[in-house]
Amino acid sequence: MFKEFRPAIIGFVLLTLLTGIVYPLVLTGLSQLLMPSSANGSLLMKDGRAVGSALIGQPFGNAGDFWSRPSATAPMPYNPTASGGSNLGPTNPALIDAVKTRIQALHAADPDNHAPIPVDLVTASGSGLDPDISPAAAFYQVARVAKARNMSAAAVRRLVEQHIQPRQFGILGEPRINVLELNSALASY
Amino acid sequence: MTANGLMQIALFFGALLLLTKPMGKYMALVYQGDIPAFVRWIAPAERFFYRLYGVKPEQEMRWTQYAIALLWFSLIGMIALYALQRLQGYLPFNPQHFGAVSADSSFNTAVSFVTNTDWQGYAGESTMSYLTQMTGLTVQNFISAAAGMAVAVAFIRGFARHTAETIGNFWVDMTRSILYILLPLSIVLALTFVSQGVVQNLAPYTTVHTIESVSYDNPKTDAAGNPVKDAAGNPITEKAQTQDQTLAQGPVASQEAIKMLGTNGGGFFNANSAHPYENPTPLSNFLQMLAIFLIPAGFCYTFGNMVGDTRQGWAIFAAMTLVFVAMLALAEISEQAGNPALTSLGVDQTASSLQAGGNMEGKETRFGIVNSALFATITTAASCGAVNSMHDSFMPLGGLVPLWLIQLGEVIFGGVGSGLYGMLIYVVVAVFIAGLMIGRTPEYIGKKIGAFDIQMASLVILIPPFLILCGTALAVLLAAGKAGVANPGAHGFSEILYAFSSAAGNNGSAFAGLSANTPFYNIALAVAMFFGRIWLMIPVLALAGSLAAKKRIPPGAGTMATYTPLFVMLLIGTVILVGALNFIPALGLGPVVEHLTMIGAH
Repeated sequence: MFKEFRPAIIGFVLLTLLTGIVYPLVLTGLSQLLMPSSANGSLLMKDGRAVGSALIGQPFGNAGDFWSRPSATAPMPYNPTASGGSNLGPTNPALIDAVKTRIQALHAADPDNHAPIPVDLVTASGSGLDPDISPAAAFYQVARVAKARNMSAAAVRRLVEQHIQPRQFGILGEPRINVLELNSALASY
Repeated sequence: MTANGLMQIALFFGALLLLTKPMGKYMALVYQGDIPAFVRWIAPAERFFYRLYGVKPEQEMRWTQYAIALLWFSLIGMIALYALQRLQGYLPFNPQHFGAVSADSSFNTAVSFVTNTDWQGYAGESTMSYLTQMTGLTVQNFISAAAGMAVAVAFIRGFARHTAETIGNFWVDMTRSILYILLPLSIVLALTFVSQGVVQNLAPYTTVHTIESVSYDNPKTDAAGNPVKDAAGNPITEKAQTQDQTLAQGPVASQEAIKMLGTNGGGFFNANSAHPYENPTPLSNFLQMLAIFLIPAGFCYTFGNMVGDTRQGWAIFAAMTLVFVAMLALAEISEQAGNPALTSLGVDQTASSLQAGGNMEGKETRFGIVNSALFATITTAASCGAVNSMHDSFMPLGGLVPLWLIQLGEVIFGGVGSGLYGMLIYVVVAVFIAGLMIGRTPEYIGKKIGAFDIQMASLVILIPPFLILCGTALAVLLAAGKAGVANPGAHGFSEILYAFSSAAGNNGSAFAGLSANTPFYNIALAVAMFFGRIWLMIPVLALAGSLAAKKRIPPGAGTMATYTPLFVMLLIGTVILVGALNFIPALGLGPVVEHLTMIGAH
């Protein structure tokens, strides 16, 4: 019965050292050496200070910016210290009410737009930190952004088209647009 | 389904099929001590480990000794992980200064990670220090997976040997799993993840200055940090505004790799593989899905190779694949169809070249519908439990798929090791049923299946439904169980059913609306996880011992061929029938009712 106790204790300690200390520290060292930018969060710098991460979404609500997807994190949206989705079920009235409120906000900001609303623009993402919107969701907002910024819709549309990230290797994932990068490009247009 | 969607799924299967044989062959060589030349440089380290353990690698164990070694190893792991969480406030590598995790949550997490479940009642980025993540959780990601692989190898030996008293040495099988299989693959995979943007550092969280400021309702807290509530019990909030965003960091990539390869599934962050720092790109997502199935699929080949007839392994692989494809189709179609309630509000859910469409609540733009439904089906067919979308927000039938796959016993590829031995238990039952039908003694790979063997197989098949259904019944009867439910109606019942299925099936994914970080759920689910793992491994090892001791009988005229399409269908029928008989009433009360009320309302 106790014959296996010694190997159990020693095995646990040894494997903890190997897989819990050596392995993560060696990987941290290698990553910091070879790929420091991505290992530290793909930060975007402006005038010497970090203004965000290329991978983490930010909340946008001004008429002149492209809006990100709704985020269910608490207490504020796009809070990376409390990532997660709404976990609202498909038949939950709270989900339907939340979507209605989001539709109203979109209509209020752009009363002339009667097009069907792309679904990702009114549904919360899984992480609450989704950096992307679909190209459809971006095109839907072109008229509002152009008006608020006194730009031509064609110019804004061109900017959107330039920022479409196609599927990886032409096949994996979905086409998407990084909202932070699009809005930054818009700001420096 | 779009043409691109089908292509992405075909690409995944093509890659899996290509890797199954090399992976399986490699594992068979490693476990039989025939170490391939390109990794022989690891062998001195392996021998060094045995010397320190004080074990002789050539000295084999009877099944009872094998089980005792496994139990000691698991017990020590649980105590250490519990202690680490309770003491993390005093220990280094804690830049966010997190204090001790609560006693019930620590207990739950200790059991959860040691049983390879990786159910998470806590939120990683606001609870666990880097030290706990590395030396507690990452370590168990390795050793709980290695323990499962060891038991599978011991079980294979039950068929591969005859008139033998022993089934291998636990310390050897477990150590080889880590040194030759899990660790090298993890290093390669983790570096690939970093290249895609998964973070790997020990720095404190980074605060960035965002472009727009955001106003929000901040819950008021008193001096002790407890939320202040009004007379009606609602939390009082005050208006707040911020232009700061705090980015959680950590040694993520190193944990992410073994999280998938070991079918663990416990996320570094709360959002798991939906979080852009855990799973930033479609490529990282593709590799994560492949990593989940790589070892379980390889084990099918390892089995065939070690028993000397690879057709037996491919037959099991085929049965797993067929069930998987059917369930995947249901998940993809349900999620792509979208939510009828949103269509009537004027929301566009059709797939086009400009958007994925479908039910996007709880899903990430970069993954869309195809990769979210595919990931959900993979992670629950295998006992992984990582998620890249929130299963709680799936359509009723889309959510039924992961739920039922867990309830089938995690045998559709299943966990590393546990998937194969789980499926072989079903094989034993299938040949028993076939034997009954034609009035012959059942046999499989030259072994007569006797009464003791069927008793052990029955235990393995009956314990999880018992835990799931009794646990769910208990929770819906108690106020403490109902208190955690987030969604009203049938969906709330599904949340509880999913929690106990996930725990007893050692999956770890959740209908995460359920507030499970309470003493009731932490303890009830820990019990389900413990018995769902350990109490299955013991009868599995007993069966291995019984089979290894038997004589091998040569195939005769009346021997049923267990590698034909007919047998594959028999095996699938057995899995589905047992799964259906046990769970259809419970599923009827949850996702099925929700689906019917939904289409009734529209």
